[in-house]
Amino acid sequence: MILLWLIVLLLAGGLLAWIAQRWHTASPRWIALFTVLTALLLTLMLWFNTGASPTGSAWLLQLELPWIPQWGVGFSLALDGLSLLMLSLTFFLGLLAVLISWREIQSKVGFFHFNLLWVLAGIAGVFLAMDLFLFYFFWEVMLIPMYFLIGIWGHENRRYAAYKFFIFTQASGLLMLLAILGLYFIHGNQTGTFTFNYFELLNTTLAPAAARFLMFGFLAAFLVKLPVVPFHSWLPDAHSQAPTAGSVILAGLLLKTGAYGLLRFVLPLFPTATVEFAPWAMLLGVIGIIYGAILAFSQTDLKRLVAYTSVSHMGFVILGVFAFNEWALQGVVMQMITHGLSTGALFILAGFLYERLHTRDIRQMGGFWATAPKMAVVALVFVMASLGLPGLGNFIAEFLTLVGAWQANNWLTVFATIGLVMATAYSLRIMQKIFLEKNLEQTVLPDMNVREMLIAAPMLVLILWLGLYPQPVLDLAKPAIEAQLQAYNKPSVPQEVEPVSQTALYLPAADSVYFQNLKGAFYERK
Amino acid sequence: MAALLWLIPALPFAGALLLVLFGSRLPRALVTAIGVGSVGISAAITLLLGFEYLSERPAFYHQELWNWFSVAGFSPSVAFHLDALSMVFIFVITFVGFLIHVYSTEYMADDPDYTRFFACMNLFVGSMLVLVLADNLLLLYLGWEGVGLCSYLLIGFWYKEPANGYAARKAFLITRVGDTAMAIGLFMLFQTFGTLHIQSISTEAVQVWDAGAKMAVIVAFLLLGGAVGKSGQLPLQTWLPDAMAGPTPVSALIHAATMVTAGVYLIARMHVLFELAPAAQMAVAVIGAVTLLLAGCAALTQYDLKRVLAYSTISQIGYMFLALGVGAWSAAVFHFMIHGFFKALLFLCAGAIILALHHEQDMRRMGGLQKKLPVVFWTFLIGAASLAAVPLVSAGFYSKDQILWLQLAGENGNVWLYLAGLLGAFITSIYTFRMVFITFYGESKTHVGHQPTLAIRVPLIVLAVLSLAGGFIELPHNFGHVVLFSDFLSPILPAVSVVPDFSRYEWMLQLLAAVVSLSGIFIAYLIYLKKPDLRASLHRSDLAMAVHRFWHSGWGFDKLYDMLLVHPYVFLAKVNKQDVVDSFYTFVARLTESFHLLFTRSQSGLLRNYVMGIVVGAIMILTITILL
Repeated sequence: MILLWLIVLLLAGGLLAWIAQRWHTASPRWIALFTVLTALLLTLMLWFNTGASPTGSAWLLQLELPWIPQWGVGFSLALDGLSLLMLSLTFFLGLLAVLISWREIQSKVGFFHFNLLWVLAGIAGVFLAMDLFLFYFFWEVMLIPMYFLIGIWGHENRRYAAYKFFIFTQASGLLMLLAILGLYFIHGNQTGTFTFNYFELLNTTLAPAAARFLMFGFLAAFLVKLPVVPFHSWLPDAHSQAPTAGSVILAGLLLKTGAYGLLRFVLPLFPTATVEFAPWAMLLGVIGIIYGAILAFSQTDLKRLVAYTSVSHMGFVILGVFAFNEWALQGVVMQMITHGLSTGALFILAGFLYERLHTRDIRQMGGFWATAPKMAVVALVFVMASLGLPGLGNFIAEFLTLVGAWQANNWLTVFATIGLVMATAYSLRIMQKIFLEKNLEQTVLPDMNVREMLIAAPMLVLILWLGLYPQPVLDLAKPAIEAQLQAYNKPSVPQEVEPVSQTALYLPAADSVYFQNLKGAFYERK
Repeated sequence: MAALLWLIPALPFAGALLLVLFGSRLPRALVTAIGVGSVGISAAITLLLGFEYLSERPAFYHQELWNWFSVAGFSPSVAFHLDALSMVFIFVITFVGFLIHVYSTEYMADDPDYTRFFACMNLFVGSMLVLVLADNLLLLYLGWEGVGLCSYLLIGFWYKEPANGYAARKAFLITRVGDTAMAIGLFMLFQTFGTLHIQSISTEAVQVWDAGAKMAVIVAFLLLGGAVGKSGQLPLQTWLPDAMAGPTPVSALIHAATMVTAGVYLIARMHVLFELAPAAQMAVAVIGAVTLLLAGCAALTQYDLKRVLAYSTISQIGYMFLALGVGAWSAAVFHFMIHGFFKALLFLCAGAIILALHHEQDMRRMGGLQKKLPVVFWTFLIGAASLAAVPLVSAGFYSKDQILWLQLAGENGNVWLYLAGLLGAFITSIYTFRMVFITFYGESKTHVGHQPTLAIRVPLIVLAVLSLAGGFIELPHNFGHVVLFSDFLSPILPAVSVVPDFSRYEWMLQLLAAVVSLSGIFIAYLIYLKKPDLRASLHRSDLAMAVHRFWHSGWGFDKLYDMLLVHPYVFLAKVNKQDVVDSFYTFVARLTESFHLLFTRSQSGLLRNYVMGIVVGAIMILTITILL
């Protein structure tokens, strides 16, 4: 039940924040802060209380409520280590998002926090939903408030960015919806029970061609969200135009829903089709790593630069996911978390700088170390994290991913590793242009204040902790990862496929149980 | 005592952390106490541990702090492994490091970023200690990248000057190229052995791979890539001369005594692998030989005092690689130690000169310092003698002679490598005494400001003593035959198999080496002191000046890499700044928009147009139906 309350809490908090603006302008901030803090504490409580599942199952908590039984839609939520990690990240970054908006957002404060909390609710729902219909529902819930966040509180080109973001994610999401429906009907035809339930759908036997099509439907949504080159072009615009909180949530969380989707749905649902597609997917990952790195190197807009580094870093995710082994997948999970922290931190720094300078153009910055040494040190740590310096969390993520990927494909891994050199080039450029060299315009940049230090300090501690002792996270993710990999560790027995399945897509045939039932109902009514 | 092992790297780390967190609020004396003290205590613990190690003679001390992570059998620990090899390294790192820290208190006294300097230096010492104490390659990699970071921060310490930042980034990037090769090597090692634990790999490699196995050769080459990057060897040497942009104590500590020898450590540590890969081992020797010659020639032509020393460092590490390449592991480590002493000494002397001359680094504007800076002169002379391998008295003679001797006497050596080494020795003594004569003799050209006080003098004198006496712990067979050092290392590093009956030639070779060294000094004396005409005639020759310019630019490597790699990359990035992929989506959007415009025109509100449209549509549909 606590899973449901988590989501309801956020939704209700959002509504309350919106309404509360009428009473007092500052109250939405406090309501949002309190709501997210409660959610974070609840999640951490879950972490410490559940620990390892005694039954050996990967699932720690499950909730099953009927929703639309006629269609086989249930309100089913479940929590395993992976979801728990993602939830913790969600609420942690959510908390920071509230804090960094404290000064930055001055207009429509109530509606802003409404959207913020609803995005978080959508994301939490995505990480918990174990019913594909419900999953799609949450997928949309996180999209629309995000659209408003970018479109209303964004920078100069916000309308364009918001539309672009919406169209990309919506179009790809619709392909996923098609694939979900396809899966629903195929499963229904085979078993006679029409359900969107994840656990039931896992047992669907798919013809290779059908599996391929359905997989591409899911991939469309996840690869665009991740994003993978060449579907990335919404990201630099959305990230650079969004308000700081929006950028943090986009980079830290929304991208991770794509990675999560790959792990949770694509891998276990389509084991044979993914193996076929794996070399191509890994190639896309490597292209993303290198292409993103080159583009990041040339950007002069700080937020755009960081956005392209995300493209590069997310390349590691898809590279690792399609390596199908525990090292790589643990690397991917680590990457999801550490990238959320490090890139989130870089966006927050960009926000701090924007607040002070009202520009994101790094050509107008320089030499800020002298007046803002604290900010410089914080930036240094996260820049180093983004280039994969050992001792910081991102290194563990990237190293594990690469070790795993190496087992799957040597040459692609070599090129991915070369991406680390390119990461050095763009990362050092950030330091150089902002904090080193001469201060051209003689700007006196005030150093970070207490509120800003309070935001930065936990991120610093976490990124160091994840770099030096990531075991708790790895342990938590382990059962979940093993569950996703189950289909791949089995000895490869060719799956029994019905010989009739020549059509590309299993659509309900005229004599299928589903239509029989429908027909029955129809004639009865007549 | 062995339980205190973890403190050796932990103390400098703690010092760095304290300085980062509270540095801005601490009084300067406390900053000094933390910065110097942490390394000092580490050095003291190292000495105590060293005595215990010498008396107990265990194979190694091992201390596991915690399990770093554990994923599907891949479970590296944060654990330290102290054996004779790492003992030598931690001794040099903490002891020389401590002296340089003491020196820095005076050198950096007027710098507003005093605290930042010591924070970075402490962080460096900690990382370097982790590098040489790590019991697995992943932890070694942590130290390896950590020192890279500190090197970056300290080269670019005076960050207001864009050139310094450029040098810093160059150093980081180029070494990272090598590190990437090394990382791939680690993936392969893990795939083969299922672990990155160094001892396990060393014992298992012999069983898994035959000598010359393809995998072993590839892995050895990849590790060599990492070593070459860090140690400034061909073809990744170009960052080191530029790295002199950092404060001089940094050059002494990082770019002379410790970090740049990390590659030597790596190869010595993984010597089993290199023994299984003769091709890679030969490559080590050849790289060493070529590098020591190229860098020596480049050193001949530099005017910046620190750049001479930088090229000299590249060249001397070339000697270490030469030794490693023929399997003379302990000779390489011996030369590392002696080089650590005398090169740190030379850099610190250079720093004292630079400080005295108001940050003047150009040797052409020095001169006549013999009388004005006597302590610096004498200690520099001792360091120079050691670098030039002046026979009998200097430590450098014994360490270099051993390497040269083993090129012929060792079974893997050959005469070409020997000749390269010998020629290199000749060049070395020329450029070394070129420095001495130009800097200390002749007429004074710049006013001497700052006279070194105790904090500078004491480190200089201690290092000078070590540069002289350090050699006596390892003397050749026919000359005292002291083998304290190689004995100490023998459990870890196997001795070279020597060609039988060759030792009767040893004294001849020693004599040759001595003659070469002294004649080099004599030539430098002639050209730079006695007969200025000789120099003038050299300057008149076009050919000589062309060669001079070519060598001065470090054999044109920078230009080559700029042309082949840097410019194309920057160009590609600039051209594609707007992201060509996006133009496709923009095109789709434009297309939709133009259709939109097109069809809005049809919505004119004129009824007859609509009727026309309906009629035309109906006719079209009918036609299609009939045709099909």
